[in-house]
Amino acid sequence: MHKIWLITKREYLSRVSKKTFMVMTILGPLLIALFYAVIIGLAVNQKTGEKIKTIGVIDHSGVFANSLINPSKMNFVYADTERSDFDGEVDGWLIIPKDFKLEHPQGLVYKSTQTPTLDLQSKITGAVQSAIKNKKLITHGLRQSFLDSLNVKINLTTMQINEGGALSNSKAELNFGLGIAFAFIIYFFIFMYGVQVMRGVMEEKTNRIVEIIISSVKPFQLMMGKILGIAMVGLTQFLIWIGLSGVLMAIISVVFATQLGDMHTDKAASDVMQNQAMPNIINAFFNLDLSFYGLIFLFYFLFGYLLYSAMFAAVGSAVDSESDTQQFMLPITLPLILSFTTSFSILSSDPNGTLATFMSIFPLSSPIIMMVRLPFNPPWHELLISMAVLVATFVLFTWLAGRIYKVGILSIGKKPTYKQLFKWMLMK
Amino acid sequence: MALLEINNVSKFYDNHNALQNVSLSVPEGSVYGLLGPNGAGKTTLIRIINQISTLDTGTVSFDNQLLNPKHIYNIGYLPEERGLYKKQKVGDQMVYFGQLKGLSTAEAKLRTEHWLHKFDLKFWKNKKVEELSKGMQQKVQFIITVLHRPRLLILDEPFTGFDPINAEIIKNEIRTLKDNGTTILYSTHRMESVEEICDHICLLNKSKKILDGSVKALKLAHSKNLLELVYDGQLPEWIEALSHEQTEGEQYKVVFSAQGKDRSEIIKRLANEVNIWSFRELVPTIHQLFIDKVEEVNRA
Repeated sequence: MHKIWLITKREYLSRVSKKTFMVMTILGPLLIALFYAVIIGLAVNQKTGEKIKTIGVIDHSGVFANSLINPSKMNFVYADTERSDFDGEVDGWLIIPKDFKLEHPQGLVYKSTQTPTLDLQSKITGAVQSAIKNKKLITHGLRQSFLDSLNVKINLTTMQINEGGALSNSKAELNFGLGIAFAFIIYFFIFMYGVQVMRGVMEEKTNRIVEIIISSVKPFQLMMGKILGIAMVGLTQFLIWIGLSGVLMAIISVVFATQLGDMHTDKAASDVMQNQAMPNIINAFFNLDLSFYGLIFLFYFLFGYLLYSAMFAAVGSAVDSESDTQQFMLPITLPLILSFTTSFSILSSDPNGTLATFMSIFPLSSPIIMMVRLPFNPPWHELLISMAVLVATFVLFTWLAGRIYKVGILSIGKKPTYKQLFKWMLMK
Repeated sequence: MALLEINNVSKFYDNHNALQNVSLSVPEGSVYGLLGPNGAGKTTLIRIINQISTLDTGTVSFDNQLLNPKHIYNIGYLPEERGLYKKQKVGDQMVYFGQLKGLSTAEAKLRTEHWLHKFDLKFWKNKKVEELSKGMQQKVQFIITVLHRPRLLILDEPFTGFDPINAEIIKNEIRTLKDNGTTILYSTHRMESVEEICDHICLLNKSKKILDGSVKALKLAHSKNLLELVYDGQLPEWIEALSHEQTEGEQYKVVFSAQGKDRSEIIKRLANEVNIWSFRELVPTIHQLFIDKVEEVNRA
């Protein structure tokens, strides 16, 4: 154990003290924050910066009689004749032909210098449609005031029934977001640090340091020391990122809070989203058992990484150069990529269905898929089975990988075949 | 007394035998040469002693105990293919390898300072290994091998890549270690340096031992009793020359067999008949012995 600790310490310190580690650790959250800033900035600009369009209406039929209702960001002005000089006062002309009838609503023409967007077209047709509908209803004896009273806004409050029948606020959006975040972080972590393990093993092999080391320690100790050291690097980086991102996100939300606040008031349609959903998400977030999620996350985070990095170490030991790794990387990365991509469809369709259940127990996909399911309260026994299977597979795979590693690090030259790798596993 | 006893060791790989029933015994305090062409099984044997590889049959004893994991603290190994962590500082790296060989941090640091001073590397202590010249890196590798003061030092082709000055420094260091009682197992396929360094040798060829013993005894046993005379004058007719050539001016060199003759009698007769410039017995070099033996075995 003492030797594994010595190796772990060296791996950890040599990586953490590197300049690239510092740069990545500082720049990482900066880039993430910048990304958010750009997206939020764009959204704010689009909402506040969108110009109100003025559409000139020439109603030859007289059917509408100045009664088109203005959609958002659009004004209808009425004129008798179409002016040929597009002087900028109107963005386009809507021409209603003489023979236009409610029973035969054909022949509308829109003229403009710029190609109209689909959004603009649908706003115009929508306004005409609802005007026609209202006219027809009025001709059938309904009053305008009654028609106005038909427009009501409905907010749907979703509740979740918990065990024992207690109700709590549902948190579908939050669950979805958390699921994606968990899947992404674990996927990213396994990939990034698994490859680092592989590179580290290859470095020792090709630099011929390995023979000196394994005359002092067992190959398995060297492999485990390296894997654990890099795991600690990953955890360190992750913790720093959480801290830094939190600070930066706080700064950004303060900066944009005022602009977002302006948005709320000037657009009634977003009221539902802003005034109702946002506080719900925030409330739901603070109602979560965060320490429970944190612990489960840490578990899958670590054991998922340990399982995969043992395989990455075996690959690194078997080859002499980066280009030779491709062939052996594929079977390792395939389940990883597959579970990451599947996680989206599982989230949006059935987080507790058969596929989801299977993939959250199968050890090569469980670190990602079980974390995706976690916000949707998977059954307890499935969670425990999944964890037990993962730990057992980790032990088995590390043992097998250790056997490949032991032979691999001393085999210089020809790239082995899968058959040979299998033989190495069985070699004493 | 033997520090290392190899008894009937064999090692098989899928398609070939790496070692077949090899036995040898390395006396404590000796410099033992493990000789043989490439692929003879030297590295396999060394890896078994270092417990990097396992053996299939036979036994290895260290200090009269069957080889066990504790013994790695008493063995220092300089592999033929050797490297260092390029990005790590020289001093840190020495301490790290010392710790892996069981030294405490304090002890490892103390000894690192001592050796850096001795090899004139003090200035480089906090430099990364990649900034060092190749010769300096090799010195660092040597220090790493001996930092924990092993009782058995295993050197696999230690002089490949060394320039003559560094090679001399390392040779002196090996002599000092030997004088202090360290047993040295020296593996090489180059014979030039063997005679000046080794007391005992073992020849491996095609995974088998073909010869072993002390250098002196081997030379004596394989002497062909040839004499070489450099003279000027008329060569006496009673000498049956095996080779005869003019060297410089009026001097000639002749080689003949002394088989069944008394050497002092030969000298007396020669002194009367020619001017003797030099007269010596042609002792077989280890190099010659090695080639003869390998050819003999390959013929058989």
